Amino acid sequence: MSIENMHVTRRSKASLIASFAAVIILVILISAPLWAGRADMRLMAELFLYLSLATLWNLMAGYAGLVSVGQQAYVGFGGYMLFSLTMFAGLSPVVALIGVAILGGLVSIPIAALVFRLHGAYFAIGTWVIAEVFRLTFAQVSSLGGGSGTSLPISIIKSMADGRAARESLSYWLALGVMVAVILAVYLFLRSRKGLALSAIRDNELAASSLGINIWRTKFLVYVITAALTSVVGALIFLQKLRISPDAAFSVNDWTAFVIFIVVIGGIGTLEGPIIGTLVYFLMRETLADLGTTYLIALGVVAIVIMLKAPKGLWGIIRDRWDLQLFPLGYRVQTTQSKKGS
Amino acid sequence: MDWINALIQGILLGGLYALFAAGLSLIFGVMRLVNIAHGDLIVLAAYLGLSVTIMLGIHPLLAMFAVVPMMAAIGYVLQRGILNKTLGDDLLPPLLVTFGLSVIIQNVLLEVYSADPQKLDAGTLEIASISVGDLSIGVLPLLTFGIAVAIIASLHWMFYHTSLGRSFRAVSDNQDIAQLMGLNRRHIFGLAMALALAVTAVAGVMLGVRTNFDPSIGGARLIFGFEAVIIGGLGNLWGTLVGGIILGVAQTLGAQINPGWQLLAGHITFLCIIAFKPRGFFPRVSG
Repeated sequence: MSIENMHVTRRSKASLIASFAAVIILVILISAPLWAGRADMRLMAELFLYLSLATLWNLMAGYAGLVSVGQQAYVGFGGYMLFSLTMFAGLSPVVALIGVAILGGLVSIPIAALVFRLHGAYFAIGTWVIAEVFRLTFAQVSSLGGGSGTSLPISIIKSMADGRAARESLSYWLALGVMVAVILAVYLFLRSRKGLALSAIRDNELAASSLGINIWRTKFLVYVITAALTSVVGALIFLQKLRISPDAAFSVNDWTAFVIFIVVIGGIGTLEGPIIGTLVYFLMRETLADLGTTYLIALGVVAIVIMLKAPKGLWGIIRDRWDLQLFPLGYRVQTTQSKKGS
Repeated sequence: MDWINALIQGILLGGLYALFAAGLSLIFGVMRLVNIAHGDLIVLAAYLGLSVTIMLGIHPLLAMFAVVPMMAAIGYVLQRGILNKTLGDDLLPPLLVTFGLSVIIQNVLLEVYSADPQKLDAGTLEIASISVGDLSIGVLPLLTFGIAVAIIASLHWMFYHTSLGRSFRAVSDNQDIAQLMGLNRRHIFGLAMALALAVTAVAGVMLGVRTNFDPSIGGARLIFGFEAVIIGGLGNLWGTLVGGIILGVAQTLGAQINPGWQLLAGHITFLCIIAFKPRGFFPRVSG
């Protein structure tokens, strides 16, 4: 076999099939208001938002090596900013989402400058302290209900769309749209020059910096983008709930621990992992939720077992077994005749 | 006068935080393990204290003699059974596994003891006080502070004057070479965790005597402990006491200005310190 018969490509048969399947699934999901019940739509919207959070945390921890346990800071901040922008600035909730993204990105800049002084475990704890500062600060704001929180006024909810069905469809589509945007953004980012730099940093920080990659700036960019998008996801979470309180908005279990479980169960450092992890999480939740706290105990046990026995997660097992890659990120050598991945 | 009172209360509160932090500092220093479940283990110790006091009908401080060996045994089994498998260069496995433990402990406590706030009843000790001039200082906070100083002094002595302490320092400096020199690091780590949770048992009982507790409060105790460790500098036990005192004083002075600012003042002080001293005031080993 001579060298002319070989070429390097990102595409594979599996990734082609996956992209077709993704389009079909997307069309089905967009048309959900036509075929799904209200409860199902709410559940799916929640799933989309959790998948978005998991994808974003995975970008930070799995690709940029920024293991944060304080992303609930931005979930809660996004929620509170949505409530503030609609209640005090009179913006419509949909327009307010853009403002939330900008504010989330802006507020993360000084925070990044501070927590980036910390490394490893210190960084993780530092981000958690920031989230606590956010929680305690918002609990002091009496116009937002202080420690007991506030509900979104009915006039604002009604201004979203005419009728309950239309509002629920809009809220569902927003969640779906944000999920698609987050996955696409992360995918395109990872395929870009910056993404390549990120993979290099993850694999070996010293080698990456000797190749001229500015590690600090690359990580900073990832942190700020993630913060902005996480804020939008947070805004949508509380647009669904219609009520916000400091303890719910800045819950470390809901918005960080479970998200980490999802990413690790699915497979960290892959784009497919969070998708599988989210599906497994919701499957467990919907089948075991009647057992109350037992379900959370089971979730903790599953996460621990996966981390100890299969640290690459479920997708890691699948990928090693069948050499699959649904999102064409890595490069592979193919021969022009046989078209088999090597 | 109010300010001096707040200052003294803060220093004494710092003793409790140093107790939260001493166990963390020990395991973080010896094996670089970030134990997210530490706060929940403190709460677990408080509940064990509750069960022992109710079952045996004894004073909480006496119950400590039962809770300490129980927590130490839990620590050794936990380390040998699960946590040893997570150690390595990667931060994520220990972080995730202890996050899992945290969720498990919280929900087991919820299942067994319900979400109702509980308290350990220490009788007259809770209200006893000593008058110094115009100030009156509670006996309980003073006792907590004294216990914290005694525990840190003995941990420090153990670290630098016993063969166990030498083993701890050896694995902390270089695990592989310590192993080559004939130390079984898995066993050493097990002992370190047992010791850390024995200290945690004391911390849990003192917490339970001081305030109400319920299964959800572990996270905040973990953060206080970590802040004290980081302010003081990693691997420095006396530094941890200083860190606890700084945090306690910041909180009581904050509360003196506005009751709602107590915790916020502590966190902001911590963030200000790491902005200038990212490794704390007196670091002994690198993170």
